Amino acid sequence: MSRRPYIRPMSTTTWYMRNGRYKVYVLRELSSFLVAFYSFLMICGIAALADSAERWSAFLAWQQCTSMVVFHGFALLYFLFFQTFPWFKLAPKAMPVQVGENKLPDSYIIIGHYVAWVVITAIIFWLAGVL
Amino acid sequence: MAVAKKAIVWGLFAAGGTLTAFVLPALIALFLLIATGNVPEGLQFEQIHTFAASWLGKACLFIVLFLSVWHAAHRLRVVAHDFGIRKDALVASAVYTVAAIGTVLAAFYLLAIH
Repeated sequence: MSRRPYIRPMSTTTWYMRNGRYKVYVLRELSSFLVAFYSFLMICGIAALADSAERWSAFLAWQQCTSMVVFHGFALLYFLFFQTFPWFKLAPKAMPVQVGENKLPDSYIIIGHYVAWVVITAIIFWLAGVL
Repeated sequence: MAVAKKAIVWGLFAAGGTLTAFVLPALIALFLLIATGNVPEGLQFEQIHTFAASWLGKACLFIVLFLSVWHAAHRLRVVAHDFGIRKDALVASAVYTVAAIGTVLAAFYLLAIH
């Protein structure tokens, strides 16, 4: 080994700014904050639900403001483009399906995910009384 | 042992990622409806309480919350590393502790609905 090995200088905090792919990677990773946020928001909701009808109404009323409309709208778009769609796109790589000798084409798996997503979304909306 | 732990954490991450990719957009859309003041019929107290009081409803809500918190925990651990926080043991124990607390709270409040 060389006595003075070359160590490429690299920032540990801003390294992803060098390259578009890295930027997209970091934007994708940041969607995990939304997963954490909505998990705890739902836990708050369930706590209110377990308490009383008044607490549940207060939980709903607490969120009825313009800033939350903007936040949820932004979160919805961000989550779709940086988690849901990328996750479906990589699904055939993460779990390739073999049928006999051949691999099932990637597009089949991706389309299957989108169909399942529409069905699941419809079920949730139906349960919530939106549909 | 390290391998076994990794498999569990990775399994929860993958399952949580798939589940959140499928269900979270719809759930965020419901929150958006609530925020605009158009609370859907099924989220009125009587209906949502009946749903959460049933064992099927409890099971659905618990699975969503359980997988979401562990998925988020695993990814936030990686995010911390990506943003230059190189104390992985500390970060890991912090995020997994929060996920464990979230799991217990979800179970506790769900069981309190009857």
